[in-house]
Amino acid sequence: MIHARGLARTFKTRRGTVEAVTGVDIDVSAGELVGFLGPNGAGKSTTLRMLTTLIVPTAGTATVAGHDLLTDAAGIRRQIGYVGQSGGAGPDCIVADELVLQGRFYGLTSARARTRATELIEQLDLVGTENRVVNTLSGGQRRRLDIAMGLMHLPTLMFLDEPSTGLDPQSRANLWDHIRSLHAEHGTTLFLTTHYLDEADALCDRILVIDTGRIVAEGTPDELKRRVSGDLVLVGAGEPARVAELAAHLPGSSDVVVDGAGVRFRVPDGAKVLPALMRELDAADIAMTSVEVRRPSLDDVFLAVTGRTLRDAETPTTPEPATAGASR
Amino acid sequence: MSVLTDTWLIFQRSMRQSLRNPFWVIIGIVQPFLYLALFGPLLIPIVQSTPGFPPGDAWQVLVPALLVQLGLFGGLFVGFAILAEFRAGVIERMRVTPVSRVALLLGRALKDTVVLLIQAVLLTVLAVPFGLRAPIGGVLVGLILVAVLGFAMACASYALAMQVKSEEAFLPIVQAVFLPVLLLSGILLPLSLAPLWLFNLSRVNPFVYVVDATRAVFLGDLASTTALVGIAVALVLAVVTVFWGVRTFQRESA
Repeated sequence: MIHARGLARTFKTRRGTVEAVTGVDIDVSAGELVGFLGPNGAGKSTTLRMLTTLIVPTAGTATVAGHDLLTDAAGIRRQIGYVGQSGGAGPDCIVADELVLQGRFYGLTSARARTRATELIEQLDLVGTENRVVNTLSGGQRRRLDIAMGLMHLPTLMFLDEPSTGLDPQSRANLWDHIRSLHAEHGTTLFLTTHYLDEADALCDRILVIDTGRIVAEGTPDELKRRVSGDLVLVGAGEPARVAELAAHLPGSSDVVVDGAGVRFRVPDGAKVLPALMRELDAADIAMTSVEVRRPSLDDVFLAVTGRTLRDAETPTTPEPATAGASR
Repeated sequence: MSVLTDTWLIFQRSMRQSLRNPFWVIIGIVQPFLYLALFGPLLIPIVQSTPGFPPGDAWQVLVPALLVQLGLFGGLFVGFAILAEFRAGVIERMRVTPVSRVALLLGRALKDTVVLLIQAVLLTVLAVPFGLRAPIGGVLVGLILVAVLGFAMACASYALAMQVKSEEAFLPIVQAVFLPVLLLSGILLPLSLAPLWLFNLSRVNPFVYVVDATRAVFLGDLASTTALVGIAVALVLAVVTVFWGVRTFQRESA
């Protein structure tokens, strides 16, 4: 569905040249749900906007939905759906009107567009909003409307740019359900960008981690977590020093730290190691007060791969300039 | 042809937006009407007794100019509406669809022209009880002229808005153009009254020719040089601004 090689984009701003994306390779097969994870300013939106033909790459090639990015942007536009960060429905327009019009842009007849709009309104839980003005909808409803607009022409490939940014937790969870069912029921290939770790973890088959314009890690959520740091095991015990000693001898353990009344250490598979550890502590007559195994988060992944935490990485960077230059 | 269908779709959408929010349309007509009602009567004795006015009575001097002002400034400020849509992600969303880039501009500009025409007809009709007398043929040509001008200004406004992409940049530019153009177009008072240096200065302003032409056609001089020059200027403006607008929409990214 997507094959990109060496995609790059530089912007000329008043402060000089900004290399927003410095050479990105992407392969997405049909039916995948792929996430593009990275801090703000990493180049996610820029990459997405290149793939959706909104801006022209300054280097690199790509094939999107079977069409060449550089020579057949129009062909790509006919195939893909796109849900931008800032929505896309006219705030002062009527919901049903925007949906029908969107369908007509893709060549649907007026009747077909109206039928399709009704279907989507039902599927995306927007019944009752048809004749309302867009800016009277709740945040969650607006996001669902944006998705509905992106789906009017039954695209086989959908791009979502930060779909749940700005939504309350309940709307986020609800949105995830809709995204998952889209993927499950229609086999739509989905490519989404996010800076939320839990979102990437919850939704994606595969994650591409991007930082300062390059892809720094790639894999399924589990692969990424397994590859980098392993599980964190926390043991609360009466004699932390002795526990620490035992922990250090466990196969594969590392980063053993005595932390107040307990010990923490990293090990590839915490669940497997735990029974053996508990037996040893028992045999050594050490009283254990608590134990916890924490699976690594993508924050750990990001830290291990880039040396910075996701929060640290989100320092104010040069934002993508509004005057972005040539397009087709 | 996709460009025509798409233009029609965008036109319909823009029209619905205006019908739902007629505030600005109404404001647009109030200002020239106030000039008509509160400034017009002041002109009557002045026109009668001052040499240097072009032919015609106060209304024949004022009303054509107010129509040009309507077209000129009504058109100039439409860019704000597209900036609002740009901020809401609407333009970007439309760009990812196969919709024609040209249609994104023309559909909106045509809506603005239709709204302008309605306002212009209303203003002309309202001027009749005040004392405007003009030949129907002249009035029709005048309205077309104003429509062409308004269309050109709308295209220019959208092109400028999409190039600067921010209200903070757009507003000062428009304001900087507004007042000199107004003063040098002979709208409030004709430039035939001006001292030579001011008259000469006004000659570089294309809009002064359109004002003169509209006054001429309202008097029935449809084939006079003044009228023909003004019509030609309006057409050239329209062609130039459409090209500029189309290039902007085809080149700039959202």
